[in-house]
Amino acid sequence: MPKLKVSLLTGRTIDQGKGKEYGKLSEEYQKSVSICEMDPEDIKLLKVRENDNVKVTTEFGSVTMKVVKSKRAPHRGVVFIPYGPWASVLANPKTHGTGMPSLKGETAEIEPAPTERVLSLQELLRKSFRRR
Amino acid sequence: MPVFYNVTCPVCGSFCDDIEITVKNNAIIKVKNACAIGEAKFLNYALHRQTKPLIRKNGELVEVSLEKAIQKSAEILANAQYPILYGWSNTSCEATRVGLELAEEVGGVIDNTSTVCHGPSILSIQDIGISSCTLGQLRHRADLIFYWGSNPWSTHPRHIDRYTTFSEGRFQKSAWKGYLSRLTGTLARKRLGRAVNLILRRQMPSPPEAELRLPSTLFQNRRKMIVADVRKTRSADIADYFLQVKPNKDYEVLQALRLLIRDEELDVDEVAGIPVEILEEIADVMIGCKLGILFFGLGLTMSQGKHRNIDAALSLVRDLNQRTKFLIMPMRGHFNVTGANVVFTWQTGYPYAVDFSHSYPRYNPGETSVTDILSRGESDAGLVVASDPVAHFPNAAAQNLVKNPLVVIDPQPTPTSVMADVVIPSAFVGIEVEGTAYRMDHVPLPLKKVVEPPKTCLPDEEILKRILHEVRRLRRSHN
Repeated sequence: MPKLKVSLLTGRTIDQGKGKEYGKLSEEYQKSVSICEMDPEDIKLLKVRENDNVKVTTEFGSVTMKVVKSKRAPHRGVVFIPYGPWASVLANPKTHGTGMPSLKGETAEIEPAPTERVLSLQELLRKSFRRR
Repeated sequence: MPVFYNVTCPVCGSFCDDIEITVKNNAIIKVKNACAIGEAKFLNYALHRQTKPLIRKNGELVEVSLEKAIQKSAEILANAQYPILYGWSNTSCEATRVGLELAEEVGGVIDNTSTVCHGPSILSIQDIGISSCTLGQLRHRADLIFYWGSNPWSTHPRHIDRYTTFSEGRFQKSAWKGYLSRLTGTLARKRLGRAVNLILRRQMPSPPEAELRLPSTLFQNRRKMIVADVRKTRSADIADYFLQVKPNKDYEVLQALRLLIRDEELDVDEVAGIPVEILEEIADVMIGCKLGILFFGLGLTMSQGKHRNIDAALSLVRDLNQRTKFLIMPMRGHFNVTGANVVFTWQTGYPYAVDFSHSYPRYNPGETSVTDILSRGESDAGLVVASDPVAHFPNAAAQNLVKNPLVVIDPQPTPTSVMADVVIPSAFVGIEVEGTAYRMDHVPLPLKKVVEPPKTCLPDEEILKRILHEVRRLRRSHN
């Protein structure tokens, strides 16, 4: 299956902002943060369609999410994921002595995940934090 | 029906204070003037609310009395060797003040969300200094608005409208009409292009995205806006010019602009993917403005270079002040993250990442900042107030927060409260409780109360006072 090396950006979106105010356990929030925005040309290269599941992997973790077409292409090789529990799985905790983890510009690998599903928030938390 | 006027919005750092709220039967039924996020909060804050305190028993969170939850929280904190007390940016200054007293009492580390937000900006401001102002000055006077690594139309939706490009100032008029005519022109060109393609039955090439000249609007004597970012954002759509920087290359571009502003030549053709001609013209626009402002966001603080990027931005503005008037301001995220820094500084001398384990305050971000402490696995308990680190910290760091006993005080359920050992639901500050918060430009404003909280939900300040009281009682009895 095709794989792409990308630069991973995380950030806020208006839907994530609204979603968190509906409640962090609400469906609106979960839908708004379990997506990754890609350049349409990169989506074609990956041989997937919008709303298909893709697996994003960094040195720090791997998570399945829905792919959506970026409304502000072109930005080939750059993938955007809204802040939230899905992005945090992939985030680099190294702070280089500043206290600030590295949440933007990390290298990631992205591939189609037709057999995997996007976990619910509760499932994702259970998987990430086995203690609970 | 009672209508509350000039209510402050407890969402983002813009902290708008012109919201009108209509209340019926102790419920908010109408919101005027708020942005999409503010309206979502005022109308839906109570939707998924948990109003009873919870304690984890046999792996499950079960309802308990408030007294029991406070007792358990105090035991966890009093028995810990090195607890962390984190959050504080979504609550009032009054609550933060009690939190600091509690941190000192238990000898823990207290940190606020600026540690994963504008912490690097604070480090850099401490090194270099900052030439800043209030947002009112910018509303009336700024004619060049620069947003760097920030997307206010998504994160601070009314910032552009209330304080910068689209605000109607005394000396600077709104650029809204210019934007509308530009938008109309772009849409007309697109329609024309589509019609031509349809008639000629061919695919016309789209115009190149980046041209080698800046638009003429940037050289006119009117308000203008430039957005610099690594990807095109909603804010970039409305800017006069969008400067696309390669990821992790902001430092190079900022330093290149510093050289150009000092009339020095660059012996390269492009910097971070931007032709030098474009940078020269941007430097001209910056020097030529009457009053410029550079707002910067997490695009600078979170990418490679971190506080060094902010060093370059602050130095750029310092250099620009040799040629014109220029100011700079961080785009603070939460409505009271600035207040958290202010209260921390009053009480301890330091704005965040304050360690009380030696009985006196120590500050050394990288060592005493919460992400680093968690990554090293040093803390043995946690108190989280009005924040959600489980959702927003890198998982590797959050693992150590969840591994140890965790107390959460938050008005709404979050991934962090789902993982906690004790959950104490509080009243929503700015909706159900009064208080004080600081806008991103350090202007303190009152948080208003428009509805009554549920009887079981006390203000954060009151809950923290009770925990502090209980911790002191426990410590006295141990001694």
